[in-house]
Order: sequence, then C-alpha cells, then structure tokens
Amino acid sequence: MALIEITNLKKHYASGDDVVEALRGVDISIEAGEFITIMGQSGSGKSTLLSVLGGMNHPTSGEVLMAGVKIYQLPGEKLADFRALNLGFVFQSFHLIPYLTAIENVMVPLAIVKMSSDKKKSVARTALERVGLGGKLDRLPNQLSGGEQERVAIARAIVNNPHILLADEPTGNLDSTTSEEVMALFRELNDAGQTVVMVTHNQENGKYSDRTISLKDGRVLSH
Amino acid sequence: MKLHTISINNLRRRKAKMAFLTVGLTVGIATIVTLVTLTRSMSSDIERKMDEFGANILITPQNNGLSMNYGGISLGGVTFDQREILQQDLASIKTITNSKNISAIAPKVLGGVTVGGHDVLLVGVNFESELKMKQWWKIFGEAPKGDNEVLLGSDASKVLNAGAGDSIKIKNETFMVAGVLDQTGSQDDALVFASLPKAQKLLGKEGKITLAEVAALCSGCPIGDMVTQIAEKLPGAKVSAIQQVVEGRLKALDQFKRFSYAMAGVVIFIGSLIVFVTMMGSVNERTAEIGVFRAIGFRKSHIMRIILFEAALVSLLAGLLGYAVGMTGAKLTLPFMAESKNALLLWDSTVAFGSIGLAVTLGLLASLYPALHASKMDPTEALRAL
Repeated sequence: MALIEITNLKKHYASGDDVVEALRGVDISIEAGEFITIMGQSGSGKSTLLSVLGGMNHPTSGEVLMAGVKIYQLPGEKLADFRALNLGFVFQSFHLIPYLTAIENVMVPLAIVKMSSDKKKSVARTALERVGLGGKLDRLPNQLSGGEQERVAIARAIVNNPHILLADEPTGNLDSTTSEEVMALFRELNDAGQTVVMVTHNQENGKYSDRTISLKDGRVLSH
Repeated sequence: MKLHTISINNLRRRKAKMAFLTVGLTVGIATIVTLVTLTRSMSSDIERKMDEFGANILITPQNNGLSMNYGGISLGGVTFDQREILQQDLASIKTITNSKNISAIAPKVLGGVTVGGHDVLLVGVNFESELKMKQWWKIFGEAPKGDNEVLLGSDASKVLNAGAGDSIKIKNETFMVAGVLDQTGSQDDALVFASLPKAQKLLGKEGKITLAEVAALCSGCPIGDMVTQIAEKLPGAKVSAIQQVVEGRLKALDQFKRFSYAMAGVVIFIGSLIVFVTMMGSVNERTAEIGVFRAIGFRKSHIMRIILFEAALVSLLAGLLGYAVGMTGAKLTLPFMAESKNALLLWDSTVAFGSIGLAVTLGLLASLYPALHASKMDPTEALRAL
C-alpha cells in the first residue's frame, strides 16, 4: 500500500462571484521513501496540492489517504495531531521564528511533545548537525545566511522524524550554489529513507528527485 | 522548549510594545489602588475621629413632656408620667446586631446638690468609659480613682474655691478633689463629677440612671439602624442620634467612595481596551508565526496558551507595579485628602492581592478574543497572507 494515495482530488475557491478550480480531479500515489518533485507553472495548483497534502487545506472533494489514514475525516484537532506526528514542513520563506535561536527554532515542534528538556535539546542538536549547522546552535535567524536559515528550517521539519517531508519552493529564495547545496541535502535525507515531496518550478531541482509530477491548470500532466 | 518559552521569548523581543502594555495596565491598576486605599484610609481616619469626638447616640428616659423653651430661653417643661432607666437594662445594648460597633457606653446619673452654700449639678459617671469617650478632657491633677474622690469642672472649681488636693463636703460626706478639668467651653465646666455608685447613693437613685451616652464606631454601619436596634432593646427609653456632623462627613466619604468606584470602572474599561488593542495588534503581526505553529501541528489550545500566557505575565507585572505605584500615590495624596495631618495609610493584603488578581483577570479577559482569533487562523491563509 502506498504511503500517500490521492483520489479524484478537487479544490475550488470562491473568488468574488467566480469559482476558481485550483485542482480538477488529481490522482497521485506516492510510495514510502520516494523523493517526488511537483512541478508546474504559477497557478498550476502545485502549492494548493501541497497544502492539501499537508493537512492544512480541506479539499472540495476527493480523498487523501496518508499512512492508511483518511486525514480529512479526522475529527477536531486530531488533524493537527496528525500533522505534528507525521509531517514536516519546509516553507519557501523559511518562516523561522525571529526571536528564537537556531536550536530553539528546531525545538519548536517539540514544544508540544512530552519529552525532557535535555532530550529535546539533544534531538534538536542532532537535527542541526545533520544539516551541517552544529556550530551555529545559538545564532538568531538574522545572524544566519539564507542557506543557513533554509537548513535550520529543514532541521525543524525533520526533528520529530516525520513520515513525510513536504517542501514548498525551498530554493526559491536562494542563489544557485546554495540551492544546489540544499537540494543535495534533501537527496541525502531521502537516501537515508525520508520520503520527500517538494513543490518547485525550477527544472534543475528535478534531477535530485526520483520522480516528477507535472501539473497544469489543476490537472496532472505526467508522473 | 515549552510553550511558555515561546511566550517569554516573544515578550523579550517586543520590549517596546510590551512596555507600553505594561505601563497602560499599571496606570489603571495604580489608579484603582490609590482610590481604594485613599477611601479606606480616610474612612479609618474618620472612624478614629468619631472615637475622639465622643458619643453619637444618646439614651434618655421616655417622657410625655413638652419642652418649654424659645430662642434658647428655657422655662422648664411640663412633664408627666416620668420614667427612669434601670442601670441593669443597659447590658442589653451589647446584644444588638451591631454590638461590635459599640466602642463605649457611658451611663450618667444627674442631680442637684449643695456644696459650700452653692447649688451645683452632681454627675455620677463611670470614669473609665467617660475618659475613653472624652479624650479632649485635660485634667489638672488626676482622674478620681475611688468613691470618695471627685472631679470638678473649671467653673465649678472657681465657684467652690477648690482645687486638686482640696476637700469638699456633699451631703455631709467629705470628698477629695482628685483633679480639675481644663476649660472645655461646654456644660462640663460647671459640673461636679463623682463615681456613679456614689452619686446614685447621694441622690437616692440606686440602680437608676438619668441618661447614657453611647460611642459607636460607625464608618461601616448606619447609625440610624443602631438607634433602632437599641430602642427595641430599651422600650422605656428615648434613643436619639447625635453627631450629625460626623454623619455628614461619612456621607461625603460615601459619595467619594462611589465616585472612586465609578472612576475605577472607567479606568478598568480603558485598561481593557489598551490590552485588547495591543494584543490584537500583536496577534496580527504574528500571522506567519501562528501559521507555522498551526502547520507543524500546534492545536488551537496551544496557540491560545501562548497568547494568554504572555498576557498573564504582562498583567502580573503590571499588577505588582500598579500596586507599588498606587500605594506610593496614596501615601503622597493622603495628607492632602484626610481630615487629620497624621492620618494613617492602610496597608491591606486584600488590596495587594486584589489589585494583582484584577490585573491578571483583566489582562486575560481582554486577551481572550485576540487569543481565540489567533487560534482560529487558517494555517494556509496565514502563510499565504505574507
């Protein structure tokens, strides 16, 4: 059974009197341990697809089955709990908390986990060492370069060992050299068994992934 | 890393905003503390003064007489069916509902006697309660201690030509003048004071009294109620309230108290608005942050806890500062507001805990909507809004 099964997924937005069809019946299946890039032009529906996959955007219709769970049928705050336990997010603008140090930012997902403070620190330090920032634990985000901030964001996303790592244009704000370093890091994580689903419009990034899903006007062109 | 770590770090980062919020709330709490402490201290001051002023309830025998005076000239009165108060009946005064407000009961027996060829009014008193009630009395010599000692009013001393240490004769009994009162400007100047049992015996009124004065500490109780309660216990006596001046002051103080509470209400409202607006602004500024928290699995309750913990911390600090500033304000203002220069400032733990509790409650209530608003943010919308 696939780790992620998406069936006939539709997402419509109301825009004034009009209805925007962001996703028009998407079917995707992703196996555990895969590295998937979702590509498409602006407005193709790739970010919407990622937010639906991330359990943050209820679809208009269709089904999202993740690790055997129909996530949008989870009651109340169970969906938030599912995100906390199973998903890791890397955002385009990093979205680090500006008043927390690198290690504190990485520990944010652990703030709602029952674990001793020492254990949390140890886990966060390991995650930062994995992304090559073991020497900059106490730096604030504004004391880090763009690439380093991206790495902190990745460390934050993997600190709780999620089943799936979701990344939205992770290299969108980086220069080409740093982008390559970040993509190599994603590849490395995937090689270690991490399932990665990445939205990108950069064709170059595709070469790091196992498979590319192309979207156009809310429909899958190829996968 | 715990949820409160996020709150504390955020407060550290937004020092200016949080300082503004703290100052706003501190001013509110300080105003309330100052007003409440001032009114309480002033009440206490007036209460103390009432004790100094003496009696405020007078108990006299009931009679069906008509007074005959006009323009300050008394022609006596037509009295029939004269009743007297039995001394033992006075004990029932201490059983009234407001008995805890009674400071002293001073029974008196009056009667005319002749001393050295002069007619004088002899007053039998209980010296202990009399001296407690009439703290303005200044005695040359000493207060009488035994039954054979008397105290003379200043005019009586002059007319009888007797001073402290001299002896006088009343109804063939010799009494030593223990002391002489300094001029009081009242009827006391013309009186001869003896102990109650001795005066009763001399006047042939054993076990009876002519009148009783009651001193009640009444800043917190209506004197009219006490008069009614005493009248019920002593149906044969006429009970009336005196010291209208003090009552008037208490009334003015009551009005000031009401004004203070109204002011406090306005201040609380403004304080709440400051907290609400600041917290709402803070939440809106942190849209992305809250979006990230929600995206990585924080529950709505987690977001609310972060916001409310921040509010509670700021409010607690404002409560502590507000209490300190308010008490300082009250201390500086009291000398200008109180009746007496040496009015004491009341340090009350209820006000301390109340002001801190009020600050925290106010902060939490005013932050409730911003916290709810934050918790309901759609993570996708929150992140897209940037």
